[in-house]
Amino acid sequence: MSVAPGAVDPYDITVRSNGLRRRRIIEKVFGILSLLAALFACAILAVVLGTLVAKGFRELNLDFFTKARPLYGEKGGVADALVGSAIIVGMAALMAIPVAVLVAIYMAEYARPRVSRALRVVLDVLNGVPAIIVGVFVFGLLVVGNGQSAIFGAFSLAILMLPMVARSTQEILQVVPQSLRHASLALGVTKWRTTWNIILPSAIGGILTGVVISLARVAGETAPLLFTSSIAANAVSFDIHSALPTLPVTIYVNSESPDPGEQAAAWAAALVLIAFVLVMNVLAKMFAARKRRQLEGS
Amino acid sequence: MTSTTYEPVAAPETDLRRRGLHLGDLLFKGIALLAALAATVLLGLIAWKIFQLAWPAIQHFGLSFIWTEAWDPVTQTFGALIFIYGTVVTSLIALAIATPLSIAIALFLTEIAPRRVAAPIATMVELLAAIPSVVLGLWGILVFGPWVRDHLEPWLQDVLGFLPMFSGTPSQAGILPAGLVLTIMIIPITSAICRELFMRVPKDLMNGALALGSTRWEAVRGVLLAYAAPGIVAAVLLGLGRAFGEAIAVNQTIGNRNVIPTSWFEPGDSLGSKVASEYVGATSVEQAASILYLAAILMVISLVTNVIAQFIVVRFERARAGV
Repeated sequence: MSVAPGAVDPYDITVRSNGLRRRRIIEKVFGILSLLAALFACAILAVVLGTLVAKGFRELNLDFFTKARPLYGEKGGVADALVGSAIIVGMAALMAIPVAVLVAIYMAEYARPRVSRALRVVLDVLNGVPAIIVGVFVFGLLVVGNGQSAIFGAFSLAILMLPMVARSTQEILQVVPQSLRHASLALGVTKWRTTWNIILPSAIGGILTGVVISLARVAGETAPLLFTSSIAANAVSFDIHSALPTLPVTIYVNSESPDPGEQAAAWAAALVLIAFVLVMNVLAKMFAARKRRQLEGS
Repeated sequence: MTSTTYEPVAAPETDLRRRGLHLGDLLFKGIALLAALAATVLLGLIAWKIFQLAWPAIQHFGLSFIWTEAWDPVTQTFGALIFIYGTVVTSLIALAIATPLSIAIALFLTEIAPRRVAAPIATMVELLAAIPSVVLGLWGILVFGPWVRDHLEPWLQDVLGFLPMFSGTPSQAGILPAGLVLTIMIIPITSAICRELFMRVPKDLMNGALALGSTRWEAVRGVLLAYAAPGIVAAVLLGLGRAFGEAIAVNQTIGNRNVIPTSWFEPGDSLGSKVASEYVGATSVEQAASILYLAAILMVISLVTNVIAQFIVVRFERARAGV
């Protein structure tokens, strides 16, 4: 191909065009902007956690963990809310986990692909139902006529846990090697015993990861508890048939209070809650790592 | 004679054993099926119950409730427009800021950062998602809100004050602070989904583009983003659904006033926030019914958003599986 004298040959790679310089600048800008975006997200996390520690840490002492929420003007703690949260989240786990694991087993081991896909959409849509709507639902279904109770609070949290645990469990069951199933079935073991004794144990690390992450999430849920377990006395109670105080509701109520003392209590309670959430996330990472080692070992 | 008596004794025994094993299988499958059905029924039951609760209000106020701009317990006039406005505007503010940021974060984690840097940053973004909304709201009302009032809003007013939404008196609780707190809530959701999408783009396509001499940004724009576009739309919709439904953090930061403010600095209210703050304290039957009507509207909005997102995801996966 001949090139007119004076014109730049577009195929001559020895000529550096301005276009190339512009492209390099854009490339640099792209790299820097995306780095800044990532740093921005990390900075927000650092600022929120830093504020929590700065404002909440002073308030933490033995009284804070052993005394109930104070009546007006007194000094107290959040022992009653800690106990209430533990009871309600524990009951929610007991309600949600067995059902969720069974749903996952049905999807991974029994259902035809079409049915399994449809169930996946159902679970994802259920996961997208706002927590406040779940609260109104349980309120209308159970609380109206019966009054608030920790059991209803746990039930509403269980509804939020169910799709999370079922989806994560189903995804784990699907990556358990087929050879394990075939080997067990070939030895004459029935399908349900194979599932129970071979598949579930080999997936337990992944199942626990999902369970722990969902526990961390529902422990911080406020909206459903406002409707089901919010009108409670300031005293440590184990009566699951009445409303129990919880950490998120305590934080919520105190955060809108003009009293600096109550705001300080909210910061401290938030610090305790976030510490629980962080510990749960670290646990989840450990379970995930253990599962990876197991799979690599086998 | 004797040999014939043995057989009938032996046969039922193995038969029973076999039937017993078979029964165990059937029983287990039945229980699992029951659980799956229960999850499906639960979703339908929630939708049905919310509508049943809202039905008296729907009959009483009719559809015009949706575009009525009023909320006055004294004169018993109620409408949803104030709260629909608050929900939609705060969520759109969040969407507009979070979408480019989330895509950039996901690109940084999958395309730019070496793995040793990407892993800890990905963990931190995950932890951002793990902060309970009530804690983020606490920070939003007591720390972030005052900062927005003293620094961000005066600056916005200087630069963009000619726009009606950036005029008016800066305030620590309002549409803008609520929208910004929602932004923080949905960034980890959208960026996590985008990251997974980008990781699933075939390496051959990216390598092909790079081998043809395109820069990394050109390969990202021409190949990666084009390939993942439908998935990104789904990710954004899932984030939007989350923003629509958030009640607590918005309630803490939006200021709770029953008006449609012209300025984004001023307080308003959202659907979820109104339901959270007023249902238990409703003073009249009409007010309680109106609150349930708001809940039904919220449920429809977030269900529609979610179902569209799921629909895109399913279609996207099917199309990509065919490639």
